[in-house]
Amino acid sequence: MTDAAIAPLLLSTPRPKAVTTEQPLVRYALIGVAIIFLVVFLFLPLASVFVEALRAGLGTYFASITEPDAVSAITLTLLIAAIAVPANVIFGLAASWAIAKFDFSGKSLLNSLIDLPFSVSPVISGLIYVLLFGAQGYFGPYLKSENIQIIFALPGMVLATIFVTFPFVARELVPLMQEQGTQDEEAALSLGASGWKTFFKVTLPNIRWALLYGVVLCNARAMGEFGAVSVVSGHIRGRTNTMPLHVEILYNEYNFAAAFAVASLLALLALITLVIKITLEWRYVDQIAASRRH
Amino acid sequence: MAGARGLALKKPSAIPGFGLALGFTLTYLSLIVLIPLAGLVLKSATLGLAGFLDVVTGPRTLAALRLSFVTALIAAILNAVFGVIIAWVLIRYRFPGRRLLDAFVDLPFALPTAVAGIALTALYAPNGWIGSWLEPLGIKVAYTPLGITIALIFIGLPFVVRTVQPVLEEFDRELEEASATLGASRRQTVFLVMLPTLLPAILTGFALALARAVGEYGSVIFIAGNMPFKSEIAPLLIIIRLEEFGYAQAAAIGTAMLMISFAILLFVHLVQAWSRKRFGQ
Repeated sequence: MTDAAIAPLLLSTPRPKAVTTEQPLVRYALIGVAIIFLVVFLFLPLASVFVEALRAGLGTYFASITEPDAVSAITLTLLIAAIAVPANVIFGLAASWAIAKFDFSGKSLLNSLIDLPFSVSPVISGLIYVLLFGAQGYFGPYLKSENIQIIFALPGMVLATIFVTFPFVARELVPLMQEQGTQDEEAALSLGASGWKTFFKVTLPNIRWALLYGVVLCNARAMGEFGAVSVVSGHIRGRTNTMPLHVEILYNEYNFAAAFAVASLLALLALITLVIKITLEWRYVDQIAASRRH
Repeated sequence: MAGARGLALKKPSAIPGFGLALGFTLTYLSLIVLIPLAGLVLKSATLGLAGFLDVVTGPRTLAALRLSFVTALIAAILNAVFGVIIAWVLIRYRFPGRRLLDAFVDLPFALPTAVAGIALTALYAPNGWIGSWLEPLGIKVAYTPLGITIALIFIGLPFVVRTVQPVLEEFDRELEEASATLGASRRQTVFLVMLPTLLPAILTGFALALARAVGEYGSVIFIAGNMPFKSEIAPLLIIIRLEEFGYAQAAAIGTAMLMISFAILLFVHLVQAWSRKRFGQ
């Protein structure tokens, strides 16, 4: 986008008085810097994923995403998200009900503890479960005698995914439900509705867009998580390989076309996530309290 | 009665389900987050203080921690500068493609880190789109600390933009007009009136980007080169120790990184407390 293309449009739109904005030259320069920065640092990496994926032709592309190891990676990724996301939805609903509808001591501490996983490195998020359930971990000997495998198996990968996506749903719901207060619920209860009926018929409809917003973000991270899952996975092809881990293996084997082909599916997921996210932010701006918080 | 209410842990309410909701929340939080994190600290405590310091100040660990922190710091500073410019442009100016650009800022939140990692490596490798331009200039990005910084700029950018944006959006234009009326030049208004008000948001975004970057793994390992003492980040060293079954050493490095993260978070809280006191928000 050149400055020449922007100039006539800038001049034709009504703008605030000159004292509260910059000289045109400064404006164009700043717009230019912002666009160049975003193109170089965000757009080029995204574009290169699709270009590299299709470089070896459509045939290779479809072969790479339909070969058995890729299919099993896709299935495992979907399975992990299908367990981790609902788990965090139930947690998010419970936590926001407790925090937003009641006053109790220790509430702000609880609120900050929920955000804790965001400040923990993904590698540490995996490490903590290895320390608990790994062969040399606290419960390692017991799990071995009972023949239960958690690390290098599905349960460990689900746990690590739940950990890294832990706050997503709760942090969207808590501020919104705090804003909405308790009048609607009190009205329903005084009219004779049961607690559960009040929750499903009154509270849930009130928070549905924020809930969807949280679920979409939670799901994107659950499907794309790399570091935490990598630590607990063991990288067994066809068995404990998720899509991001499969990308890594293919890449390290110099099978770039296949690596980028699988990566392009994840990039597509990211784009779909962004579109849903933006749509929700534009259409339901009042019903998503935390749309500007990340 | 009044005394009893003062002592009660929960204010009385007509809404049911407090016990169930809070009970489930605390159980889930403890099982998933608190107990495993406590296990990490306990494991590193088995080394004893001397042993812990021995691991953390070992030359290879120290080099990795320093690399993670310094590259994250440089990336966060660059993100603070360019993030403010981008937020400014998105809020203050109208131009075609603005909303698309705005939506695009969130890409690093949505794009899996491994995908970002291989894409950036392909771009900055000597034969890549950008790398082939930099190669003749003698600038090597891929497989050097510079590449790590680039990856950390990618993942940290939205933090600054998204914390500064809402504050800038609500900025009172009358303050700018007052400043101009009193004879300030536009530059004085921006740097002496507006930036101080934005400072808490900028610092918060900077700290969030820094905290994320210090622990980042996926987008970095592909572009880093992973040479001990040169381009080996702290999270990678944890994985290497883990693969050698050095659980306690891995836990010690992890604990050191947690301490860095918490120090950064504490900084955020202090900035916000200061900002509330200063600006009364």
